[in-house]
Amino acid sequence: MNNFNEHELRATALNVREHIVRMSTDGGCFTGASLSAVDLIVYLYSSFLNVNADNLADPNRDYLFLSKGHDVPALYGTFAELGLLDKARLGNHLSLNDHIYWHPNTHIPGIEFHSGSLGHLPSVAIGVAMDIKISGGGNKVVCILGDGELNEGTCWEAMLVANAYKLDNLIFVVDRNHFQANVRTEDLIPLEPLADKFAAFGAAVKRINGHNFTALHEAFSAYPFEQGKVNVVIADTVRGKGLPSIEERADRWFCNFNADEVEQLLLELHGEHQTLLTSETLVVR
Amino acid sequence: MTYEQLLTETALANEQVIVMTAENRALVRNLPGILGKRFIDTGITEQTMIGAAAGLALRGRIPVVHALAAFLTMRAFEFVRTDLGIPGLPAKLSGFIPGLLSDGNGPTHQAIEDIAIMRGIPNVTVFAPADEDDLVKMLPQIWQSAQPAYTRINTRKTWYEHAPFVLGKAEVIAEGTDVTILTYGLLFEQALIAVEILQSEGLSVGLINMRSLKPVDEQAILTASAQSKLVVTLEDHFVTGGLYTIVAEVLLKHQTTARVLPIALNNKWFKPALLPDVLQHEGFTGKQIAEQILGYKTTHHQPEILTPEFSE
Repeated sequence: MNNFNEHELRATALNVREHIVRMSTDGGCFTGASLSAVDLIVYLYSSFLNVNADNLADPNRDYLFLSKGHDVPALYGTFAELGLLDKARLGNHLSLNDHIYWHPNTHIPGIEFHSGSLGHLPSVAIGVAMDIKISGGGNKVVCILGDGELNEGTCWEAMLVANAYKLDNLIFVVDRNHFQANVRTEDLIPLEPLADKFAAFGAAVKRINGHNFTALHEAFSAYPFEQGKVNVVIADTVRGKGLPSIEERADRWFCNFNADEVEQLLLELHGEHQTLLTSETLVVR
Repeated sequence: MTYEQLLTETALANEQVIVMTAENRALVRNLPGILGKRFIDTGITEQTMIGAAAGLALRGRIPVVHALAAFLTMRAFEFVRTDLGIPGLPAKLSGFIPGLLSDGNGPTHQAIEDIAIMRGIPNVTVFAPADEDDLVKMLPQIWQSAQPAYTRINTRKTWYEHAPFVLGKAEVIAEGTDVTILTYGLLFEQALIAVEILQSEGLSVGLINMRSLKPVDEQAILTASAQSKLVVTLEDHFVTGGLYTIVAEVLLKHQTTARVLPIALNNKWFKPALLPDVLQHEGFTGKQIAEQILGYKTTHHQPEILTPEFSE
């Protein structure tokens, strides 16, 4: 197990948020959905998963599958902070000369599988977890899902199969930011009572504040939650977390800020400023 | 007129029209308020949405169904084939950001086999407008037809004013004896530029906007093949199963042949980046198209390509 230092985690997460803001221009990215997942991803790579720049080819490493996909700026930013990715490459966002675009791909070392089409990686993660069971390994397999993504039926097929095969080495983490692309989840396809749904599918479920590192550490330290049961962590989060001017705003889904807004938003991240956004809102899915 | 304006008018004029989306709201942002219960957003559930569209169509409704082209045609493929294709139910599929229009999203979002797989389903018709003007000229007939239809949505604005649409007919823009470019969709804009360059290099150049890929205008293909020394199929689609294949099928069916140069994505996904960079990188700018046809470089100017105003 890696070390847990809340102060360091906070500092890393703030840096990752800065990277995300800097990627939200010159073509833009899915800023809000990335910001909700930052603390989760930083925590998992810093304090839970046995994955680092030196063991990426080791079959005994832990696995993280980012099924949500469009929050990949949070993953790129975390990789840059933890030494898996050269920070300078973040400046290549959307460049023909690199592979840093709106969805994850395996040209970036540390990314286990490409994603972007929702509801695919729960099943891929199951396959990896099954092989670990068959071969007798001790690796953990984490799969991060969006809450909107849970609309896709394949997520629930995966729950049925994971339960049937007693995959207690598999942890589904839901970034529960309460938004689909365009609207609040509960206003469109209601998910609650979500913990009960997963429990009814046979999972051992924990529900926590996904921005509270102590709560994250307490939950993940209890892995495996129950022998023979697939693990589910519902992490309640805030879309746009860290930038009050876009937090929980349905109209700030895909953000392409101008240079001035980026500078102001970087100040806003540090809590000293509220940005007046004038860039066109792009809310498309 | 925009896509959304046309759909609004159509739905208000015909109570049977139901607008559906798998949480792809870009084209239908104002419709929930206008259509009330006749607007159905099923969430991110492409398969269930298509099945539900079949159920609505069974009851006499005309569902106009929206999702990203990749997920509409591929995630829900078997539902389209089985629930719409087998019974021939008139659901109308609007695929957003098809072809190169998915710019920086990556291979997961690239619908570049959509023409191939949709046209392979019996009863399903397939359309690909060149720009927004073409789109709004084509859709009324597509939506009025009794068959299931897949349309590659393209809302880019060009300066070109298209001729009225006739279902199953191509739009002949120009005729030429040296080369005729057959194209559809987004690349029409670049084909216009290519034609100008080729003409200024002294060639007699034809251009056909295919529009309707199934049913296809066989006569337009046969005439171009007979008139021109070279036929070029230009498409933002895999070389397999799209226009190049359609032309080959038509020529064989009529026991004839032609010199055909395919310009398409050859067995690979395209490099994700913003659209102008993608066009340049993949060799699809008007200047690059012209130079590929000519076989030599020119000093002609490639006009600036605007980035689309949407992203996924």
